[in-house]
Amino acid sequence: MTDRVVRLLSGLMAICAAAVLLLIMAEMARAAWPALTRVPVSEWLLSAHWSPSGGDFGLASMLAASLLTSAGALLIAGPAGVVLGAWMHLAAPGWLRGGLRTLQGLMAGIPSVVYGLWGLITLVPLVNTVAPPGAVMLTAILVLALMILPLSVLVTDAALSQIPDQALQSARALALSRWGSFRSVLWPRARAAIVSGIVLQFGRALGETMAVLMVAGNVIRWPDSLTAPVRTITANIALEMGYASGLHLEVLYLSGLLLLVAVALMMGLIQRGAGNL
Amino acid sequence: MRGFLTAASFAALLLLAGCSGGNETKLVITGSSTIAPVMADIASDFESANPGIQVNVQSGGSSRGIADVERGTADIGMASRDLREEESHLNQHTFARDGITMIVHADNPLDSLDTETVRRLYLGEIDSWAAMTDYDEPVSVVHKSEGRATLAVFLAFMELDNDSVRPDLVVGENQQAIQSVAGNPGAIGYVSIGAAEHEAGRGVSIKPVALDGVSPDPEAVASGEFPLTRNLNLVTDGEVGEAAQQFLDYVGSQASDERIRDHFFIPVNDAAS
Repeated sequence: MTDRVVRLLSGLMAICAAAVLLLIMAEMARAAWPALTRVPVSEWLLSAHWSPSGGDFGLASMLAASLLTSAGALLIAGPAGVVLGAWMHLAAPGWLRGGLRTLQGLMAGIPSVVYGLWGLITLVPLVNTVAPPGAVMLTAILVLALMILPLSVLVTDAALSQIPDQALQSARALALSRWGSFRSVLWPRARAAIVSGIVLQFGRALGETMAVLMVAGNVIRWPDSLTAPVRTITANIALEMGYASGLHLEVLYLSGLLLLVAVALMMGLIQRGAGNL
Repeated sequence: MRGFLTAASFAALLLLAGCSGGNETKLVITGSSTIAPVMADIASDFESANPGIQVNVQSGGSSRGIADVERGTADIGMASRDLREEESHLNQHTFARDGITMIVHADNPLDSLDTETVRRLYLGEIDSWAAMTDYDEPVSVVHKSEGRATLAVFLAFMELDNDSVRPDLVVGENQQAIQSVAGNPGAIGYVSIGAAEHEAGRGVSIKPVALDGVSPDPEAVASGEFPLTRNLNLVTDGEVGEAAQQFLDYVGSQASDERIRDHFFIPVNDAAS
């Protein structure tokens, strides 16, 4: 009896969650539709000229900035997270491992605006000494990397913990070094979980708004240099959504839809890729 | 299970009753980040004088304030520029005057700028402060994002076209502009005189500089001597409710003038018109 109630309830919840997601996508598509019909694809997808008051709606440079900052953050936080996670699992003394795990969990829970504030007050002046004006793409990448690092560590740690102790013990019995046993025993078995877990963070980086808004400089231009300011799609929405109306508002919805599609594509690729790893 | 459900629904009911229990009128005011701090102070005075009314002040930019009033999501909008022609169906209630001042980092030895130099800085024609003083820092131009009133007033005064401005940093709120200039020795930005004086007084490392030889102080704004000034307005759409009217009257009256001066703005009751 209780079983059936629980099953029914959880089924209902699952349907609700999926329905809400679908509704959001449908509403986004509906709100963006007029922009799709009135602004040619060649303009919003390929042009970099964004001047809503002048009627120019090119999203290309902002989309590129979004993708590049997120990819950059992943490139830093991914490998660093795997190394740190593996070290925690294999080599760290027990007390340190517990402490680190708690710390990473805590770091993962810090609100993004706090990372942004730290970036603005500490990192921007620091970067400014080597690459003025300081609020540049590099700063955004570093802040994003710091935000996804703890999750990369936790994902790696969790994936390695899934592997039965037996495997590691056998490797030790064969006199493999720590690095050797990680490379030839643990990594092949945990790789799929680790890689897909880390790439999932790409979605988080892509969607991050406040922290990036505070440190990226927000100038609309092609992201052709690490030391020049950029504006991401999310920062643009945050800056302009408050007052936008008419076609401008619809294009902002369209840019949100674009991000949603990018994340969905990413997820699809990961799910396919993870199977083949 | 059943006992728990009953208890839970009872608690929920109690909570609901608690919410609708008070007979408070709520006023929502949104808009200009320049006006929001002073309006929040005025609102709390107003609330203590009128216990039945609760005033909620949110910042988000003048255009948002105007859009919110048009959509009906706010009772009163705050706009730190005058209404444009296409917005003229709304009502504008000017309550104070403000100037916009150029600010540089506190370490910058510069004390004065003229309009032409500011134009050239914003057009990206001057790369280093060394061109003007012995301060060898690269220039970082801090600019506001589209839709901001301070931007519109600045561009109009400087006769600049937004597309030709070459910013190094684009920010939204006044506070962000001040933070960014304070954190960068080579930065230049423009903010409300009120906000600049307030923050510089608190020890934030920014320095308001004179424009065309007139130093940016409230007296120069009041006398009309300071060149770059604007009206601070409340905006309403058509007939307003009783509480909103009460609030508008309060802001327009001398009762709020002290608060307005606290924020280094000039109450209209003081300004030479």
